[in-house]
Amino acid sequence: MNLNQIVADLSYFLPELILTGILIMVILFDLFQKADTSIRSGYLALGGLALVTVALFGQDVSTPTGIFSNMLAVDSFSRFLKVLVSIGAILVMWMSFNSNELKGRRVGEYYVLILVLVLGMYFLVSATHLLSIYISLEMVSIMSYLLSGYLKEQMRSNEASIKYVVFGAFSSGILLYGFSLLYGLTGSADIFEIQAALAAGSVSPALMLLILVMVLVGFGYKVAAVPFHFWTPDVYEGAPAPITAFLSVAPKAAGFAIIIRFFNVAFSNSGNPNMEAWSALENMNWQAMIGVLSILSMTVGNVIALQQSNIKRMLAYSSIAHAGYMLLGVVVADQTGIAAILYYASIYMLMNLGAFFVAIHIKNAFDTEEIEDYKSLGYKAPVLGLIMAIFMFSLTGLPPTGGFVAKFYIFRALIEYGDMYFWLALIGLINGVISLYYYMRVVKAMYFGKMEIPETVHNAPINVTILLVLLAIPLVFGWMIGDPLSVYTMDAVQFFVK
Amino acid sequence: MENHLLSIVTFLPIFGAVIIALVPKEKLNWIRWGAAAVTGLQLILAMWILKVFNFTSGDVQLVEHYAWIPDFNIEFFMGIDGLSAPMILLTALLSFLAIFTSWNIDKAQKGYFALFLLLDAGMMGVFASLDFFLFYIFWEVMLLPMYFLIGIWGGPQREYAAIKFFLYTLFGSVLLLLGMLALYFISEPHTFNMIILAEQSAQFGQAMLLGMNAGKVIFILLFVGFAIKVPIFPFHTWLPLAHVEAPTAISVILAGVLLKMGTYGFLRISFPILKEAAIWFALPLAILGLINIIYGAMAALAQRDLKKMVAYSSVSHMGFVLLGMAALTPAGMNGAVFQMFNHGTISAMLFMLVGVVYDRAHHRDIDGFGGIAKVVPIYAGVTAMAFFAGLGLPGFSGFISEALCFIGAFPVFTWITIFATLGIVLNAAYFLWAYQRIFMGELNSKYENMEEINNRELYALIPLAIITFFLGVYPTPMLDLMSTTLNQLVEAVRSAGMVAGL
Repeated sequence: MNLNQIVADLSYFLPELILTGILIMVILFDLFQKADTSIRSGYLALGGLALVTVALFGQDVSTPTGIFSNMLAVDSFSRFLKVLVSIGAILVMWMSFNSNELKGRRVGEYYVLILVLVLGMYFLVSATHLLSIYISLEMVSIMSYLLSGYLKEQMRSNEASIKYVVFGAFSSGILLYGFSLLYGLTGSADIFEIQAALAAGSVSPALMLLILVMVLVGFGYKVAAVPFHFWTPDVYEGAPAPITAFLSVAPKAAGFAIIIRFFNVAFSNSGNPNMEAWSALENMNWQAMIGVLSILSMTVGNVIALQQSNIKRMLAYSSIAHAGYMLLGVVVADQTGIAAILYYASIYMLMNLGAFFVAIHIKNAFDTEEIEDYKSLGYKAPVLGLIMAIFMFSLTGLPPTGGFVAKFYIFRALIEYGDMYFWLALIGLINGVISLYYYMRVVKAMYFGKMEIPETVHNAPINVTILLVLLAIPLVFGWMIGDPLSVYTMDAVQFFVK
Repeated sequence: MENHLLSIVTFLPIFGAVIIALVPKEKLNWIRWGAAAVTGLQLILAMWILKVFNFTSGDVQLVEHYAWIPDFNIEFFMGIDGLSAPMILLTALLSFLAIFTSWNIDKAQKGYFALFLLLDAGMMGVFASLDFFLFYIFWEVMLLPMYFLIGIWGGPQREYAAIKFFLYTLFGSVLLLLGMLALYFISEPHTFNMIILAEQSAQFGQAMLLGMNAGKVIFILLFVGFAIKVPIFPFHTWLPLAHVEAPTAISVILAGVLLKMGTYGFLRISFPILKEAAIWFALPLAILGLINIIYGAMAALAQRDLKKMVAYSSVSHMGFVLLGMAALTPAGMNGAVFQMFNHGTISAMLFMLVGVVYDRAHHRDIDGFGGIAKVVPIYAGVTAMAFFAGLGLPGFSGFISEALCFIGAFPVFTWITIFATLGIVLNAAYFLWAYQRIFMGELNSKYENMEEINNRELYALIPLAIITFFLGVYPTPMLDLMSTTLNQLVEAVRSAGMVAGL
């Protein structure tokens, strides 16, 4: 590979370069801030990331390209996810400014770590080489460990971080083992070449199964699918709440991105995910396996969420269930299935961040995370209550919210695929009914029961209210106006193929 | 204007709900009268719709048809025919009257009336939609306000009743969603348009799904979804609880309009789109109808709570609808839809009357009264009339529709019909027995000073009483309204069965 090629490729790498520049700028800027003014670094980070997001929109992805010797792909699929995680990060930074947990600390590095995490996800969603996949996965993981232990004098936060590290190290070890087998048996680390070698039948079926399981462990851990979910509740409860919110949406979306890209290239019989119809490699029925993971995730996540009394833990278990719904889309893994996952991930980001943000504000204002203590919130804080109810309805998947449309697209993809996934759709839908019960517990606490009408109503600070309204409005009205998001997601199903 | 009548009548209450949400909550009378004005206007519009409706045509009218989400061929498609027109009228009428029944809601009135109007919009939308997706959205949108209305303003067990109602109906809805998607993918080109789906009926009879006949599988999926709403035994257990715990006006809407949505769904979707499966399922449907009639009546007979008794009477009355439509004869079909309308008006009266006595005595125990006809003669008189209407006495509209159901069903399901007539006797038994225990005999000294029914309550009842009586003597206008469409439907299902050799 010659230098000219690298320099030429750099033009495709502009958003990442800008982000790296901003990152360094924030670090330098933060050197001159005292603890009480370090929040300014956060503002700078937010502004910088907004700039990068704009740059991403301006990027030309009409011809999918592989850069740096096909280490990374620049295509509309990765662009969509980069925009998605950037918007998620911006929203989370915004909410972090209002978090009481972070008040009075030096927070410069907190925002720097978020930026690095975002950069890691940029790489992860575009990685097409075992090395770049592994390195970006580690980049995302390590930043997540650091951020979840950010409240370093709190036991819970330490516990979160250490549990995360142990689980993370274990699963990435297994993933790495699977990768080394792949590399050793196929002689290449490029996922397109791996596909060609596997399709040629150079690897024995038993070994292929072993590799598949190992890869699934590594990726399944990232998206918190059952049975690789054990770290989730404790990490989500212990980490600073804005980070919990972020971890539950953005790295998860990035994890799905790599699952989609990796399986649809390396383990498919055509190696070309842009084709209308294709199937899994012979001897490697990963669709069935992911179907099982999906059923487990939905059911286990929902059933355990039923018993939670802490809102963060409830949302943590429910996020496992949502990973299950998205996995349903992976099972289909054709164009409509992938578009449905992207749609679901976007909507899930809005509604789950929203729910977490309300929980953060309630923790700030009333110092509680117990669902029981949300009682009469609908009267004490009418605006907040209404918005929270919208998020809960959307998470359940009830019309007229985006949550319904997202589920609808997933099930549509399943049923379109044919008879064999009809039962899968039925199980998924019944799980939606189960989730109604625990989401409605929040609504019930807010509105039902003995009505305590206070003298004055509580209002969230104006910037929090604006943030929440910005999240809620597209949920309710986005799909009514002809559903522009579904158009974006359809356009985003365009992959780089070597 | 005329072309947008249906969307206006559907979205007007949403507009009203927004306005009410903006009124300060101290202005109680503004809120109540505002809600009354909106629903009143809606009722006027509904009558206007009937005025421009062409009775002699069985086709859909007042059509509004736009592309909505073109990628998936989802359309904004509204229109009415002789099946939905009576339901639109019923919804507008009961919503308007129920506002007055809600007058003494004692907490968070603003939220109550705003949610009530949203519910109203959802119901209208269900009856006006001709696109399955749109239908489904409205069908679900109704659940949210209903959940709050029962859960916040209901009786002592309201929280349990609300979540039970919600879980049951949502479970039904997801099966509906599956059925809807299956229809979408079997149809070619893929569509949610009910009219086109009905034209492709034969295709569903031939396609396979899960290794079985697609039409039958989808019919069963839709059946469970609709059966929960009707409710058909054994899916009825949410109903008594929800009815008993809901505030009076909401019980009126539940019994008067929501239950009709189940049977409406059969006639709008299952029957025309899955014609062969409908014939295949006619006998089970008739048997279920019979079970509903007898079981509902027996259960009503056993109740001590007056509201529960009325709730079970609904189960019984909806059984007649099932029996009538299962017969697939013109008389049975017209009887079924006419019974839907009549049960709407009669059960609304019954629930309003229960509400009246509950407001005064604060209990509904049938045995806890006695002889109160002496103290409240007007109330006793109105109740007598409503009970007679409920038990299907000739001269009231219920008699005509039940008789039509029997006439229609007798040639097809002779024995089932004979057993079903037993339901009439049982109906008479529980109504008369309850009446006797409450109003006749020794006056219970606790109620010596019971307050007579007031004008507001009476005015809400009178229009319903007049309609019941009028249609009992002269049912022709209503039958004319629906018969063209329904006869076409029966004809279409029968001839499809003929072609398929059933």
